[in-house]
Amino acid sequence: MYRYILNRILMMIPVLLGVSLVVFSMIFIAPGDPARIILGDTASEEAVQELREEMGLNDSFVKQYVRYIKNIVTKGDLGTSYITQRSVTAEIADRWPTTMLLAVMSVILGTFIGIPAGIISATRQYSILDNLAMILALIGVSMPNFWQGLMLIIVFSIHLAWLPASGFYGPIYWILPVITIGTGTAATITRMTRSSMLEVIRQDYITTARSKGNKESTVIMKHALKNALIPIITVIGLQLGRGLGGAILTESIFSIPGIGKLMVDSIKARNYPVVQGGVLFIAIAFSFINLFVDILYAYADPRIKSQYSRKRIKKNSEVCND
Amino acid sequence: MGDILLKIEDLAVSYTTDNEKVRAVNGINIIVEKGETVGLVGETGAGKTTIAKAILRLIPTPPGKIERGRIIFEDKDLLKISEHEIRKVRGNEISMIFQDPMTSLNPVITVGNQIAEGIRIHQKVSKAKAEILAGEMLEMVGIPLERFNEYPHQFSGGMKQRVVIAIALACNPKLLIADEPTTALDVTIQAQVLELMLKLKEDFNTAMIMITHDLGVVAEICDKVAIVYAGQIVEFGTVKEVFKNTAHPYTKGLFAAIPSISGQKLKRLHHIPGLMPDPTNLPLGCQFSPRCNCKLECCDELPSEDIYINENHFLKCHLYAQKQKEG
Amino acid sequence: MTEMLAKNNEVKNKVKKQKKSQFKEICMRFSKNKLAMFGMIVIILLIIMAIFAPFIAPYSYDEQNLKRSNMLPSRQHLMGTDNFGRDIFSRIIYGSRISLQIGFIAVGIGVLIGGTLGSFAAYYGGVADNIIMRFIDVLLAIPSTLLAISIAAALGPGLTNAMIAVGVGTVPNYARVVRASVLTVKEQEFIEAARCIGVKDHNIILKHILPNAMAPLIVQATIGVASAILSAAALSFIGLGIQPPIPEWGAMLSAGRTYIRDYWHIVTFPGVTIMFTIFSLNLFGDGLRDALDPKLRR
Repeated sequence: MYRYILNRILMMIPVLLGVSLVVFSMIFIAPGDPARIILGDTASEEAVQELREEMGLNDSFVKQYVRYIKNIVTKGDLGTSYITQRSVTAEIADRWPTTMLLAVMSVILGTFIGIPAGIISATRQYSILDNLAMILALIGVSMPNFWQGLMLIIVFSIHLAWLPASGFYGPIYWILPVITIGTGTAATITRMTRSSMLEVIRQDYITTARSKGNKESTVIMKHALKNALIPIITVIGLQLGRGLGGAILTESIFSIPGIGKLMVDSIKARNYPVVQGGVLFIAIAFSFINLFVDILYAYADPRIKSQYSRKRIKKNSEVCND
Repeated sequence: MGDILLKIEDLAVSYTTDNEKVRAVNGINIIVEKGETVGLVGETGAGKTTIAKAILRLIPTPPGKIERGRIIFEDKDLLKISEHEIRKVRGNEISMIFQDPMTSLNPVITVGNQIAEGIRIHQKVSKAKAEILAGEMLEMVGIPLERFNEYPHQFSGGMKQRVVIAIALACNPKLLIADEPTTALDVTIQAQVLELMLKLKEDFNTAMIMITHDLGVVAEICDKVAIVYAGQIVEFGTVKEVFKNTAHPYTKGLFAAIPSISGQKLKRLHHIPGLMPDPTNLPLGCQFSPRCNCKLECCDELPSEDIYINENHFLKCHLYAQKQKEG
Repeated sequence: MTEMLAKNNEVKNKVKKQKKSQFKEICMRFSKNKLAMFGMIVIILLIIMAIFAPFIAPYSYDEQNLKRSNMLPSRQHLMGTDNFGRDIFSRIIYGSRISLQIGFIAVGIGVLIGGTLGSFAAYYGGVADNIIMRFIDVLLAIPSTLLAISIAAALGPGLTNAMIAVGVGTVPNYARVVRASVLTVKEQEFIEAARCIGVKDHNIILKHILPNAMAPLIVQATIGVASAILSAAALSFIGLGIQPPIPEWGAMLSAGRTYIRDYWHIVTFPGVTIMFTIFSLNLFGDGLRDALDPKLRR
């Protein structure tokens, strides 16, 4: 088992390097001169050129890239923000816990709603409850979360004045943003749970379980759910990653000081080091989440556990709407 | 005539899918006595599994429907008792073994625990005691105790089937329904599993309904045999009677289709022309008449009734009825 | 000889008939699904709306009238006006052009690039498979919203760039779907048979493997159009991608954001439209999936 984990971590390294290359290239071709951005439009041309030399911006692509990687690996230095002049690492470290909290809470909400809803839907297939749940889930998946955030603000903050529309200072501030991201998560998990349960309930071993004299509730909760949950774990993990992505827009809407808002603001302000560092950081976090999910999956399914598989575990991306 | 354990009277089961009604079972009567093994023989789609599942009420009732009939087991009609009561019967007084061992076991629960679960449902014992009893069952079917905590995928097909047998017999049921337990296995493993079943049957004095399409298995293990065709029993009797005095044209066809190792080896295999009738559109008269090569005029119009040859043997056939009247 | 030819034709005709009846069967299965039919009708209406926008919309999408700005819905302006006095209803109708354009083209890019990569990786296996999948992994390591945003930021504003950004974001998904399908089909014996009689590689991929891998791809593509429209809206919402005055639904949402306190209608209608479109596309995609493979029945 440990060999498998080690293997996966080793495989992550080239991927992350690739991400850094992609990110670096994108910034390289992005419009705008970093030196000009820092000094502003009023600065003289000589000053800009001097700064360019100082920052090493006239070096070749390869040289700049290697320098970039070296800085990250040896000093953990992701660069310096053009605007605040603080280290990118510090900027990210400040905001990371907020985003993580938001993403985790959304996934918890989504799971607590999604799994029971999916189970009920599957066991009462074709009933009114099932159809209702399916339509609600589809609406949840179809709703753009930035719009949902705005609508929630209009109703709950502006008209009813029950909940705050911005900031992240305490539990009451969490409610609207978590609902915003969480509905999409709940919808996806409901659909996934339903389809997974339906497939499992069809299996022969469920009939065997019934033929032993088990109560129907035991058949569903113990025999069916244990099997159905395995692919669902993967989806939950993916939703956590998606939560990171969804947080980007939600944080902007609710003015939450997290990484998402940092990204959006930095892109608008052409603060490229922050964008670079942020994307890389999110990619690393995402990769670790995926790794964790894969390991969990291997533990949950005894068939895989007993053969720490060489194959990559197929993730069910069919219902995953990013 | 021993004690009657199970009596199925005029059972009819149908499945409704989209707009079609599949008549899977159309009025069958079976009697199983204590300690007796009754074989249910028939082609795929004849309705054998449906009969088996109906006994334990395992037929899913949205598409399935019990049209009529009674299943009397120890003075109770299994089709009418409450959900709570039939659960007490399942796995406890009547057990079932399914066809495909590869998919009958839950992949995420250890084999030992799957056996122990059955014990804990019906007997008031502690978890530890149940595990001990489960371990004993495991050894009884020839699997070493050390493998208690292994998962189904770690076993071969034959061993999986042994586990399934262990689960079924764990609570010492009075009746075991075995749905083609050896069909999915190689011939050599087949022999082993059958031997195991015979031995356990003797040890526990369990009655058995053995569903199979293999007449060889019937010869080896059954006391009585019922030939099922298109949801009906067309011939029923002791194995000796049915094998020696085969009466129904379909049964005769089945026997004729067995390749013989002695005698004329170079003949083409005999086969019964045609296919079983479409269960959504059953013929009016005798179900077999479209394929029968000795039919009378009335066969296409009149459904056939049970004709008794002797007290151990009856069949459904107009031709025979006529012969009986004449001679 | 002529006997053989005649038999050959007979077989060809039988196969054609079977294919036709297969298609009919799929259509029949689909039409039984009322929700899916609803989705399909909505999409057709949307496409009609997009094509005939100038005839349907009562106003032009950039017709400003500052004296009538921020008006709530009325008979003259079914969905009210925005802060520049432009009719929101007309803007939404014109916006369907943009959204559908982005949706289909982005998915087209994704399917073409992703599909090619995926089938190559699956068919040739080995080193090629490894390299291609590592590249896909790199793209997958970044959440797709962020990926689209980054690419759009790097390329700059504009409709084309938005399409490319969203399109590239979808490539990994299609690569995986096609790769999985091709891997399954590749193992089947008729491929080995085709190779034995000397069919060339590219013919095998095009004529034998791809048709069988179509079904999951079509379903994914349909749902992909929905995702693409969402991504595009997200991009314009931040200010990347589509620029004003082009009436993209997401951009309309973004512009209306500052006015939500007093004029809720500016954000509500574009949002509802986006949701309704995506909803219908999803219904259609789900229906397609159920119709194409009844074994997958939900």
